[in-house]
Amino acid sequence: MLAFLIRRILQTVPTVLAVVLLIFVLFSVVPGSILSSMSDDGRGPTDPQVVERMKKQLGLDDPVYIRFGSYIARLTTGDFGTSFRTREPVTTMIAKRMWPTLQLIFAAMTFATAIGVPLGFIAALRPGGIVDTVSMVVAVSGLSMAKFWLGLLLMYLFALTLGWLPSFGYGDGGLKYLILPAVTLGVSPMALLARTTRAAVLEIMTADFVRTARSKGMSETRVVKWHVMRNALVLILTTIGLQFGALMGQAVVVEKLFSWPGIGSLLVDSVLQRDIPAVQGSILVVVLFFLAINTLIDVLYAVIDPRIRYA
Amino acid sequence: MTLKKIAIVAGLGLALAATAEAQTPRKGGTIRMTAPYGSSFTSMDIHTTQRAQDEIFAKGLHRSLYIWDSAEGKPVPELAKEVIVSGGGLVHTFKLRDDAYFHHGRKMTADDIIWSYNRIMDGSKAYPGARFVRVIEGAAEVEKGKAKEISGLKKIDDFTLEMKLTEKVDPGFYFFTALTSIYPADEGAKEGFIQKPIGLGPFKFVEHVPGSRVVLERWDRFYKPGRPYADKLIVSLMSEAAARDVAFRNKEIDTSVLGPAQYVAYQADPNLKGTIVEVAEVFTRYMGMNPGFKPFSDKRVRQAINHAIDTDLIISKLVKGKAYRATSWLPLTSPAYDKTMKPYAFDPAKAKQLLADSGYPTGFEFEWTTSQNESWGLPIVEAIIPMLDKVGIKVKVKQVETAVLAEVVRSGDFQAYVYSQSTGPDPQAALKCFHSSTPQSACNYMSFKNADFDKMIDEAGQTDDAAKRTQLLQKANALLYEEAPVWFFNYNKAVMAVQPWLKGIQLNATELTHQNVEDLWVDETSPAK
Repeated sequence: MLAFLIRRILQTVPTVLAVVLLIFVLFSVVPGSILSSMSDDGRGPTDPQVVERMKKQLGLDDPVYIRFGSYIARLTTGDFGTSFRTREPVTTMIAKRMWPTLQLIFAAMTFATAIGVPLGFIAALRPGGIVDTVSMVVAVSGLSMAKFWLGLLLMYLFALTLGWLPSFGYGDGGLKYLILPAVTLGVSPMALLARTTRAAVLEIMTADFVRTARSKGMSETRVVKWHVMRNALVLILTTIGLQFGALMGQAVVVEKLFSWPGIGSLLVDSVLQRDIPAVQGSILVVVLFFLAINTLIDVLYAVIDPRIRYA
Repeated sequence: MTLKKIAIVAGLGLALAATAEAQTPRKGGTIRMTAPYGSSFTSMDIHTTQRAQDEIFAKGLHRSLYIWDSAEGKPVPELAKEVIVSGGGLVHTFKLRDDAYFHHGRKMTADDIIWSYNRIMDGSKAYPGARFVRVIEGAAEVEKGKAKEISGLKKIDDFTLEMKLTEKVDPGFYFFTALTSIYPADEGAKEGFIQKPIGLGPFKFVEHVPGSRVVLERWDRFYKPGRPYADKLIVSLMSEAAARDVAFRNKEIDTSVLGPAQYVAYQADPNLKGTIVEVAEVFTRYMGMNPGFKPFSDKRVRQAINHAIDTDLIISKLVKGKAYRATSWLPLTSPAYDKTMKPYAFDPAKAKQLLADSGYPTGFEFEWTTSQNESWGLPIVEAIIPMLDKVGIKVKVKQVETAVLAEVVRSGDFQAYVYSQSTGPDPQAALKCFHSSTPQSACNYMSFKNADFDKMIDEAGQTDDAAKRTQLLQKANALLYEEAPVWFFNYNKAVMAVQPWLKGIQLNATELTHQNVEDLWVDETSPAK
């Protein structure tokens, strides 16, 4: 297992390097800079002398290869650089935003898993039935609904009409502030999980080993519990893993809509204001999170399915 | 009968007393403002940022030498009780308040002002406020590293400060924004200052949750007696207009900035109509024309464009009436605005004639750089294209992000662009952007050159007669109208929805969201206790 882990971590190195290079190149060629964004609200021109001084201070006039070299050198020591906007270390900025984002993603995935997986199971056990039809309509709607729109609908219903929940903000980070953004974010993976689970269970239900189990006289409950569930879990877990990573990116819209102080809203503002170190740091964290979750899922495969071995 | 009269009189008395009570500011409660221009505050070090967003909370936390008085429409001394002008208008002696305490309990002195201005001029840090402090003699030397302290600032005693300027200007316009806030000299240099900023404002710092809010609480030793009224001030980040709308209707926030679509919706809703507060802000929206592009070098072509566009139609249909028609560069709320001026008439026939006279009878094509802004960007450009087409002018649209547009404008890399630019509050500074000595990258974006205009601006800068200065600035503004370096579109009408329980909102023409929060109060109907 340890050898596998080391191998997986080593495999992520080229991926991370490629991402670092891609982000750097992309933001080196996009027009606009922190200097132009300073005056983009038209309140007053940025003083030309201040502009020149900032260019020098931030190294914006340095050739790309020098900037890239110093960026990589800093990265190897775990230093993501200093934000052009806030003049704070990017690691500090990300650290402050990490917990709210993780809270949101875990809450969304918990919601998605708790609803989506049982829904898919129930639908598959009675294909074509009322539960199957309704759950699949819900799933397709959930997948096709824009998060921004869904979030607004939930705000109108649960905050404005019913008055049960606050419509925005982080508050004290408590549950009542978390519910609406988490449900908004979780609806799409919930729908996907329901469909994936249904498909996986339906396929396994017709597999030879299930037929054999039934022919041996095993009860339907035991068949589902010992054969169908365990085998379906591999696919479900893969979907959960992929969705976990994807949610980090999708959280951008939800965080902005609900004024949730996570990495997503930091990323949006940093891109708009061309705060390149903050953009690079935020994207890198998202990528690392995605890779870490996928490695964890690979490890979990072995726990669920003993046939999988890490040679 | 007598009893009836007594009852009526008593009833009226009670009603009057109730009205008077309703108007008496209430102590306590929480003010919940919103910051609508992004998902974060730039920094808790207000010297580092010139964004409107950051000044919203800074108005609670910090104080500058001057403050904007919305009722008067001008900056007035804030940290000084008296200002004595001498030396031909170049020397200003400030008798400072001796009752202004920083939030850590120390009294403000002249040393703090000198320290703060020296900090802003630190050339290695590139603080944006340097453009204001540079008006003090010797400040530029500090910026260049040739001096350690600004020579034009002299401490006479703890509460008397002498400031020598490089030009005859009203320092109020230079030292009223949060960019030149006064920090405590002993604490400001410490590393942890940004995490827990200390100021002179009516509210002291409690917490900053990045990406969410800033919370401030009443500073009991604030120098204005009885102020602030509220116990707490919360400024929440809410960049999504639709989400703000829900939160406002749900009474979770006390203020919300409205865009054109919401402006119409709120006007149509009898429950919300009364919450609307609006002011003509000192921002002019326009299309700048580069005289380096041959057709635009001819005044008649620029005038033709002004005649070819049905500006009123665009303001009413696309901007939903959330703007005032521009008659020239200086906005409605400018002290030098000339009410007698009339905008260019929509007259396509005259536009065609002007184009023919200038040698473009069949028109020409130009590239128009724009952002996506709903009030002055792409939707406006798209509506204008067919209007210009009718007089033979073809438009090629180049769409960029707002941040990129600012760069395009500053670098002069355009044929035409559409923009919203601050044109106040100082009319002289706003018009000086068109002075030939002003570099293109500073704010003379159209590289405007006109000897008569320069002369008027120079004379306005030299005269001590305020009436004469206004007259000269009005003439300069009229000359701009005639020269038409831009298509004069509109002056922004800032609109904010304010909950009925929040009182004391000031119609700040420099930026409506910037409120002197010590004057705000909430009545007992506020849901935030």
